[in-house]
Amino acid sequence: MFNYSTSLGGTVLPNPIVTASGCAGSGKELSQFFPLTELGAIVTKSIMLKPRSGRATPRMAETPSGMLNSIGLQGPGIDSFLENDIPWLQSQSARIIVSIAGESVEDYASLARRVRNIPNVVGIEVNISCPNVENRGMVFSCQPDTARAAIENVRRNIGGEVPIFAKLSPDVTDIVAIAREVVNAGADGLALINTVLGMVIDVNTMRPKLAQKTGGLSGPAIRPIAVRAIYQVRAALPKIPIIGMGGVASGKDALELVLAGASAISVGTATFGNPTAVMKIKQELESLLTERGFDNFVDAVGFAHRLESQ
Amino acid sequence: MSAINSRAVQCSAQVVSNKKVGAYHHIILSVDSIAASARPGNFVAIAVGGASSALVLRRAFAIYRAADKGSAGGVIELVVAPHGEGSKWLTSRQVHETVDLVGPLGTSFGIPTEPVRCILVGGGYGSAPLFGLAEILKARGCRVDMVLGASSAGKIYAPLDGKRSVSSMTITTDDGSAGMHGRVSEALPQIIEENGSELIYSCGPMAMLEAIQEIADKYNLVHQASVEESMACGIGVCMTCVVPLRGSDGVIRMSRTCIDGPVMDGADVIWNSRGSIPEGTWGA
Repeated sequence: MFNYSTSLGGTVLPNPIVTASGCAGSGKELSQFFPLTELGAIVTKSIMLKPRSGRATPRMAETPSGMLNSIGLQGPGIDSFLENDIPWLQSQSARIIVSIAGESVEDYASLARRVRNIPNVVGIEVNISCPNVENRGMVFSCQPDTARAAIENVRRNIGGEVPIFAKLSPDVTDIVAIAREVVNAGADGLALINTVLGMVIDVNTMRPKLAQKTGGLSGPAIRPIAVRAIYQVRAALPKIPIIGMGGVASGKDALELVLAGASAISVGTATFGNPTAVMKIKQELESLLTERGFDNFVDAVGFAHRLESQ
Repeated sequence: MSAINSRAVQCSAQVVSNKKVGAYHHIILSVDSIAASARPGNFVAIAVGGASSALVLRRAFAIYRAADKGSAGGVIELVVAPHGEGSKWLTSRQVHETVDLVGPLGTSFGIPTEPVRCILVGGGYGSAPLFGLAEILKARGCRVDMVLGASSAGKIYAPLDGKRSVSSMTITTDDGSAGMHGRVSEALPQIIEENGSELIYSCGPMAMLEAIQEIADKYNLVHQASVEESMACGIGVCMTCVVPLRGSDGVIRMSRTCIDGPVMDGADVIWNSRGSIPEGTWGA
């Protein structure tokens, strides 16, 4: 009997397949297609302190094996989220990883205080790939000091109740250096990787296609970047659990990230193309692991790092 | 379960027929239960390009007509313009091939409970969902005047059998190659005045819908518009297809055209806002 369970900084999930923040709506949208309890956990859309309209349209451009998006963290704000979205997910018995995003270091502290002790919440993803309004809009996760400050503020407000995962941007020179900073600041685990900043220019209008000009690239186009980042961080910090993501659309794709060192797999853009992508990936990954002789999912995590002799 | 996507199912839909009609393809798909639950204005989302495709996003298509055939299963019909890579792939499918389809999705046109004098306005292939709607309205005893516009004659989609349900049909083309030379919005005032129209249904490009809303405002008519903003998923998770929409509480929100639309009350849409967030929008 294959043991599909995985462990993420003290949280045990029955299987390692989770959604990616911002790719599963409030959960209600997908619940028509499969029970949310089938997921290892649902990762909710990054929530901020206040309601947010997000960016103007066009917000999206399809690219080869991927897409650019510039949603701008549209969302209802933490009050409405706790009042409406969380109780509904609890009513479905879903395991929940809440993703939080701030505009200032203090925002992260305030959000952490709101989400630290909620039934069914099995983890907190700290999305630090957001512009810091107090520092010329520089993205928190792109510099070691601001990445550290954001995570420290979450850690100070969340004890051992629930593990916290720092979600990092791949748009840095040395992702291992950022990973070390956030782990030293108290992150229990890491979420790798966020989207890659990109741009599409419409050759008919001869202007950028998105209203915001730039957007985050996701989908299979970025998968090799995710595999590389996860592999590098796993090699440097082998004890830190990683939620891996980046263009996973099949069980084979998920297996690549697992072998690189991911203890859980987030599925994002693939859900846009197929509402049941997570279920397909879950089944395919299990088959691939059993075909390769694994009895326990966790034995495959980081297996690509084994010595030549093994 | 929740109310969102509550009738939607995913199925493998077989191509029953695929015929070129003018600038478009008329495609019939076998879809089992989807046909019975589809309502005029609903759409389906289809995966394109095959398993190893670089096209990762689903494509949304308005349902042209749906026919439930009981135990024989149901079919839906689509009218597709082969413009982009995805629609070119779909229009090149052969009979007996299958496509991965999710539907029915989105809101549908509201049907009056009593006979009402209606105008149905379609731009290009935006005419597709209006014929099924016309049949239902006719059956309810409504007067149905239809106005179809396009850039040129070849881009008007108006099948002969579709005309049975309409009391009058007006064609407009930008280049004058068929019908009236001009835009649908130029033809509307006279039709409204002659027939005492009370309700407008529309489907087509955003600029056309905005022009129709101005006319609806002038004549104080209800306007149900099927809006078009590019979608990535069609099921409400990607947040890309939003338009500013005034809610019943008076608050403007960036609302998903796949969940709160595609059919929206034209008076509630903040038109011509592409590229900006209207002042006062919730969370702006």
